[in-house]
Amino acid sequence: MIQIIVFLPLLAAIVAGLANRSIGNVPAKVLTTGALFVSCALSWPIFLAFMSGNESAYVQPVMTWVRSGGFDFDWALRVDTLTAVMLVVITSVSALVHLYSWGYMDEDPDQPRFFAYLSLFTFAMLMLVTADNLVQMFFGWEGVGLASYLLIGFWFRKPSASAAAIKAFVVNRVGDLGFMLGIFGVFLVFGTVSIPEILVAAPDQAGSSIGFLGLRVDTMSLLCILLFIGAMGKSAQLGLHTWLPDAMEGPTPVSALIHAATMVTAGVFMVCRLSPLFETSQFALNFVTIVGATTAIFAATIGLVQTDIKRVIAYSTCSQLGYMFFAAGVGAYGAAMFHLFTHAFFKALLFLGAGSVIHAMHHEQDMRFYGGLRKQIPVTFWGMMAGTLAITGVGIVGLGGFAGFYSKDAIIEVAFAADAPYAGYAWFMGVSAALLTSFYSWRLMFLTFWGKPRWADSEHIQHAIHGHHNDVDHATHAHEEAAADNPPAQEDAGSAPHAHAADAEQLPDGTGGYHPHESPLSMLIPLIVLSVGAVFAGFVFHNFFVEPETAGAFWQGSLAFNEPLMHAMHEVPTWVKWSSTAAMLLGLLVAALMYLRETDAPRQVAENLSPLYKFLLNKWYFDELYTLIFVRPAFWFGRIFWKGGDKGVIDRFGPDGVANVVRSSSGLAVRFQSGYLYSYALVMLLGLVGLVTWVMVR
Amino acid sequence: MDYGQSLLITLPEIILSIGGLVLLLVAAWSGAKATRAVSISAVALLVAAGVATLCYTGDAFGALYSGDQFSDFGHVLIYIAAAISLMIAPRFFQRAGLARAEYPILILYACVGMGMMVSATDFLTLYIGLELNSLAAYVLASFLRTDERSAEAGLKYFVLGALASGILLFGMSLVYGFTGSTSFVAVLGSLGGGMETGALFGIVFVLAGLAFKISAVPFHMWTPDVYEGAPTPVTAFFASAPKVAATALTVRVAVDAFGTQTLAWQQIIIFIALASIILGGVAAIGQTNLKRLLAYSSINNIGFLLIGLAAGTQEGISAVLVYLSIYVAMTLGSFACIMQLRGPDGEPREELSDIAGLSQTNKGLALAMAIFMFSLAGIPPLFGFWGKVVVFDAAIGAGLLPLAVIGIAASVIGAFYYIKIVKLMYFDESRTVLQTGDGKALAWIGAIMALLVSPLGYFSIPLLGGFANNAASALF
Repeated sequence: MIQIIVFLPLLAAIVAGLANRSIGNVPAKVLTTGALFVSCALSWPIFLAFMSGNESAYVQPVMTWVRSGGFDFDWALRVDTLTAVMLVVITSVSALVHLYSWGYMDEDPDQPRFFAYLSLFTFAMLMLVTADNLVQMFFGWEGVGLASYLLIGFWFRKPSASAAAIKAFVVNRVGDLGFMLGIFGVFLVFGTVSIPEILVAAPDQAGSSIGFLGLRVDTMSLLCILLFIGAMGKSAQLGLHTWLPDAMEGPTPVSALIHAATMVTAGVFMVCRLSPLFETSQFALNFVTIVGATTAIFAATIGLVQTDIKRVIAYSTCSQLGYMFFAAGVGAYGAAMFHLFTHAFFKALLFLGAGSVIHAMHHEQDMRFYGGLRKQIPVTFWGMMAGTLAITGVGIVGLGGFAGFYSKDAIIEVAFAADAPYAGYAWFMGVSAALLTSFYSWRLMFLTFWGKPRWADSEHIQHAIHGHHNDVDHATHAHEEAAADNPPAQEDAGSAPHAHAADAEQLPDGTGGYHPHESPLSMLIPLIVLSVGAVFAGFVFHNFFVEPETAGAFWQGSLAFNEPLMHAMHEVPTWVKWSSTAAMLLGLLVAALMYLRETDAPRQVAENLSPLYKFLLNKWYFDELYTLIFVRPAFWFGRIFWKGGDKGVIDRFGPDGVANVVRSSSGLAVRFQSGYLYSYALVMLLGLVGLVTWVMVR
Repeated sequence: MDYGQSLLITLPEIILSIGGLVLLLVAAWSGAKATRAVSISAVALLVAAGVATLCYTGDAFGALYSGDQFSDFGHVLIYIAAAISLMIAPRFFQRAGLARAEYPILILYACVGMGMMVSATDFLTLYIGLELNSLAAYVLASFLRTDERSAEAGLKYFVLGALASGILLFGMSLVYGFTGSTSFVAVLGSLGGGMETGALFGIVFVLAGLAFKISAVPFHMWTPDVYEGAPTPVTAFFASAPKVAATALTVRVAVDAFGTQTLAWQQIIIFIALASIILGGVAAIGQTNLKRLLAYSSINNIGFLLIGLAAGTQEGISAVLVYLSIYVAMTLGSFACIMQLRGPDGEPREELSDIAGLSQTNKGLALAMAIFMFSLAGIPPLFGFWGKVVVFDAAIGAGLLPLAVIGIAASVIGAFYYIKIVKLMYFDESRTVLQTGDGKALAWIGAIMALLVSPLGYFSIPLLGGFANNAASALF
């Protein structure tokens, strides 16, 4: 059963990928989508069995992988509660995204390749979550990284997409180096890479020390932090987050599947999977808490001012991942997994909804050119609304609410309740980030669906109006989208850009004569299904994930479940329980004020707080800073080795030098072959004399 | 001395000599129109001689001539190469307007000489065989007597060949003077232990004379000019059969006559081998004529062969014979391909630039040529790789690791121009209009040789290796 779940997507990916165009679009799509739906259908019973307590953890061996002295492990599929949660998340979202892509990628010429990549990704992700040892987890880890690279750069003719793909790959290398060192260290310390054995042995190693880079450091802290660096790379945490927003260059279904619901949560999954290991090092947990909490607030601030709809959601993802990490850092792994679970549904929903908007708006991604779409694309609107209600955590304490209300508020409360160091910091950051989350989420909604249409100024819409419907190849949009990424005037959304004021006057309604169309059914069904998830996932599942009485039985020890902490979470003062709701309401209120009533306010705020605004718009200058610190010196260093080392020394005295010697001696040999008999005879005689001399003097 | 037995053992030479004389009479009687019949008869005679050589073994005429397994191997290989040289020739000479019966007859005489070379166990037999072959070869080189280049090739070959013969004779007389015998067995016996300087000189001179025949550096200078000037079928012949004979002869002299003084000649052979590999590779890069290029290629290959000889072991000699067999197939195949290149008016084309873009005009020919080039470069999985493997294996087995390493490194130089030909054929645009394909015989021979050196050739390893081992064991 579990083998079918894991390997069916691989099979589909291989067939669709290798046969590619020879079997045509529809068979490739049917095959991959069908495989995912089968996987999904098989995953839910496993999850439900774990929920009902009828199933207990087991390991399904597949085949021997390495037997080399003490380095000894198999390909094996581990199934326990944690895996089951991830299985349903991955297969459900992946199946829906496959279906969604039928509509979204309908005009793309390379559909079999796209679907093959999607299925390949799903296989790698399943391999990651079913890993029973760290090496197999690393295999999946790299597999999803590869698939992410391929999918971000799917429109490889677009330079920005290729660059984003490379950036994602390179930044992840940094994290992966940490992960690898962590695995090496684990093997060094424990003599095994088997996860259960490590977790059992971990408490014995607490307090021991190990030499690292010439220092004596605490063994468990070192291992945990190295492993966590891997998680930071994959989950786009502060410092290694720069690739995630750029990854939005990929097709939107990819963003929904990989960069929202599944791959980016791999880091959270890994920390939870190894939670008993992390529990042995308070230092590492503090590190996780600080990084997570800081990322949550940091990414939220950037999300406030972005104008690209996908980037807003990308920073939102980054921020929500921060929540999950600081939940894990304070010891509430169940809460982290719960938020991962609900977040997968509502964030995938938001991305797919954004994709539907983009689809309707002819590939325009800038929210400043949206407005008033509520009536035009109602299903998308209601889907996005469900997602927004879920992410902002709408609900009433004691009664119930949307998914985020349960999972996010649980995290905020548990941070308050935990007596871990820095938990207070995390709580404060969590509440603040909730305020910002509410603001930017509603800002997105108001800009997109309320107000007057501002479509006329969009170049994409202009294209559409003027009948350029033949731009099948998205790559041709490269220059336009690059232009859209760097809006000419640095002003906040809301105020209509006055670049094309004349056009706007001619068409006072701002539609430019364009009629957005609702997406096809294949795109709407996933939206509807995910909306159901966004609305009910929290209400239905919170008992199993976080409630102290029931959750311990549910997790079956697959992660370090801290029951007293969960009890404490319920005992927090009422004002704490209301704090996140208050933050949410405040954010909604401000957003409504600024984007519904005083539509000139955003511009004024941006002007009055210009330095801060620019700081946020430029994403805290992280990219610039990295360019300065890492990229330029790396290039400079590379140039030294390239020009001086490789070309100047190795090539010059190596291949090129040898080639030159050969060429010049060839010329010499040819010239020596003069054609004159006497010189030939002379050479023969000289050769003879040489040989005789040699045997004589020897 | 049993003359009857001796005559039977030398039967191949007798068949070819008498047959050649009869065919010469026929040719003189009926002129050019008998060419075809004479050619066919010549091939039949070669087959008969080949059968005869396998039927009888033993020493003949005292210790003048040996019909051992080594000589059998050499004979058969020479006859096969000669027969193929006969088969690829007719159309070429027809087109040149010189389809004369003398060509097959001269080849037969050359074969008599070569047969004696590989069987010689006495310096006198050696010299007679070598001169018999050379005299025929000089005439063959200038066979297109109206063609300046052909005449020049013959003359150069003759003059330098005379010089080499002089060196060889001088060496032989020194050896005779210091050992008192011309018989290999006697020389071997009296050279043991401490050796006088005169005898050492003798060995060096003899080897230098033989090095000329195998065109090893620095006695190779005639090769490019003669290969380029001689008619292409003759060049194909020169590059195959006489190389076999001369190499086998050198091996026999080195082992049977000078075997007790291995140290005296081993370093010379090593030097000659490396010089040949390197110069053959380097100079070939600068060539623009395909035949000249193959001349350097043959120099290069001789270098690899000599590595096997330098090992001086039975394994090494066996490797030499395996390499020789593969080399003959590769080189005859390459020439069969080159001979199919014809200009728009049917004139032979042999410039490097002529094969540019061949893959577009004649896929089969380009493929065969590519197989030969990759095989000559020793790139696996083609059979040429195996020849290099056994040779280097033997060298390493004999403790000549540095030689093997340098040889392998230098073979990279050779790979350059072989692969350049492939690149020209497959990646460059065709510039000249070529008629390709020139009769079925060439196509068939090219195809068969290509099959032999293709990976299928590896199936012949047990057979070829077994024969080569038997032959080599006859020397020890």
